[in-house]
Amino acid sequence: MTVQEFIFWFFAAILVFAALRVITARNPVHAALFLVLAFCTSAGLWIQLEAEFLGIALVLVYVGAVMVLFLFVVMMLDINLARLREGFWGYLPVGATVALLLVAEMALVLAGPYFGLSEAPRPSALPAGHSNTKELGRLLYTDYVYPFELAAVILLVAIVAAIALTLRRRKHGSKHMDPAKQVAVRSKDRVRIVSMPPVKKPNGGGD
Amino acid sequence: MLDTLLAYPQSLLGPLWPVVWTLVKIMLIVAPLMLAVAYLTLWERKMIGFMQIRIGPNRTTFFGIRWLGGWAQPIADGLKLLVKEVIIPANANKLLFVLAPVMALAPALAAWAVIPFSPELILSNIDAGLLYLMAMTSLGVYGIIIAGWASNSKYAFLGALRSAAQIVSYEIAMGFSLVGVLMAAQSLNLGDIVYAQQGGAGFLNWFWLPLFPLFLTYLISGVAETNRAPFDVAEGESEIVGFHVEYSGMTFAVFSLAEYAAMILISTLTAIMFLGGWLSPFPVSWGLLGAPWAGWLFAKIFFVASLFLWFRATFPRYRYDQIMRLGWKVFIPVTLVWIVVLGVWMQTPLWIWWK
Repeated sequence: MTVQEFIFWFFAAILVFAALRVITARNPVHAALFLVLAFCTSAGLWIQLEAEFLGIALVLVYVGAVMVLFLFVVMMLDINLARLREGFWGYLPVGATVALLLVAEMALVLAGPYFGLSEAPRPSALPAGHSNTKELGRLLYTDYVYPFELAAVILLVAIVAAIALTLRRRKHGSKHMDPAKQVAVRSKDRVRIVSMPPVKKPNGGGD
Repeated sequence: MLDTLLAYPQSLLGPLWPVVWTLVKIMLIVAPLMLAVAYLTLWERKMIGFMQIRIGPNRTTFFGIRWLGGWAQPIADGLKLLVKEVIIPANANKLLFVLAPVMALAPALAAWAVIPFSPELILSNIDAGLLYLMAMTSLGVYGIIIAGWASNSKYAFLGALRSAAQIVSYEIAMGFSLVGVLMAAQSLNLGDIVYAQQGGAGFLNWFWLPLFPLFLTYLISGVAETNRAPFDVAEGESEIVGFHVEYSGMTFAVFSLAEYAAMILISTLTAIMFLGGWLSPFPVSWGLLGAPWAGWLFAKIFFVASLFLWFRATFPRYRYDQIMRLGWKVFIPVTLVWIVVLGVWMQTPLWIWWK
């Protein structure tokens, strides 16, 4: 076994274990953290397939941003584990049927003789100076520029909708302050320096 | 010379040799880095001391040698924290509680894999170095979230939510600054980014000049990203919500290590992307003084790290809503505008930074 093969099997084992724990872990926070582990290991596998942009983007976008927000939500939910588990046996036949169907479909595609996956040629080795990121960028901004911009506009609409849903004006009379005004304050707005000469007591004092 | 020295262990270990050799190289980076982290704490106390007309630590010495006064301070601090009791709160999630500091420190160390110290001195010269760095720095937030949640304390949890929201917000501004660097250098490889700053005019060729707003944004966002003063609400005396309120002893010390390691990392990235990396600030025509050298990079890292300490000694702490306003309403618009300006500028003959 070469070092590369060892790395592949090592990552694959961790990935399968983490993916299993995502659905079997009782604590939802643990499940989310195992999902993070699954993302990181699959990013490692992608990098081994010379798809370094996809691998790093997976870590950057899903692990670095999406899962963080996901964890926020999961941690703040007050999840009643007993209620979640009730009705497990009732749903089991339906769930098991769906799972078995999925496995059968995947087996048909991956191992069956109809799709010719086993006869597909190995992808040719990439030249030494090949930059995955550059190639993807070129495709994205030339051939696929309209779908790309369309996706961007849809995301923008989603942002506007999310902000419109949560935006609320503060009630009049609340103590809310505008930080921009506070930051812009200068000392002369708050303190008035008065020139005041010392005053002598009329009879020359006495204490 | 090196090849003949390495031939013997290579034949001894066979197929395991690449693994062992990579581990040796990782140790050669991490060990000096941890030493630098330790002595950065000493330099911080000394420098802030000088700024406040004090002497700073000057008592702890090695073996009682007087002129080494103060130099053993980081070692003594480390030893003290090492032998202190680690208290794990009742009903806390033990595994995650101990894992959290490690999760905070690991990304700050892993990012060093792609840092070029000189044209040849680099652990892994990967093509997408800048992307890798962004991915690694975005992982640091997990240590904070997990710490807050695993502590089983409301205060730690609220503090973790605050710090994580702060870090995620400032990451956006940092990412946009890096987009500017990527546009100017036309490459994601850190070595190529440094080469793009080469030129006859010395420090005027570096990217801090054409990317000045992005440079400032990156530097200040870096301070916020590492939870340093004036953005250190996690350890503010006036508030008891910080993600590490339940940590003690070595587990707390690892959080500090992570903070200082992240500081050195951000300083290094600023030095590489905006201050010319290993290039000399003097024109190339000046002979030895203008020659590229790894020492220049270390000098720049030291300079930027000292800026972090200077900020700490100078500015009062921000309030939390002001932190969020600065990140979202000031830095992100500034970077977005400058990226557009840069895009237009680079299409005109006025762009003179590389030929």
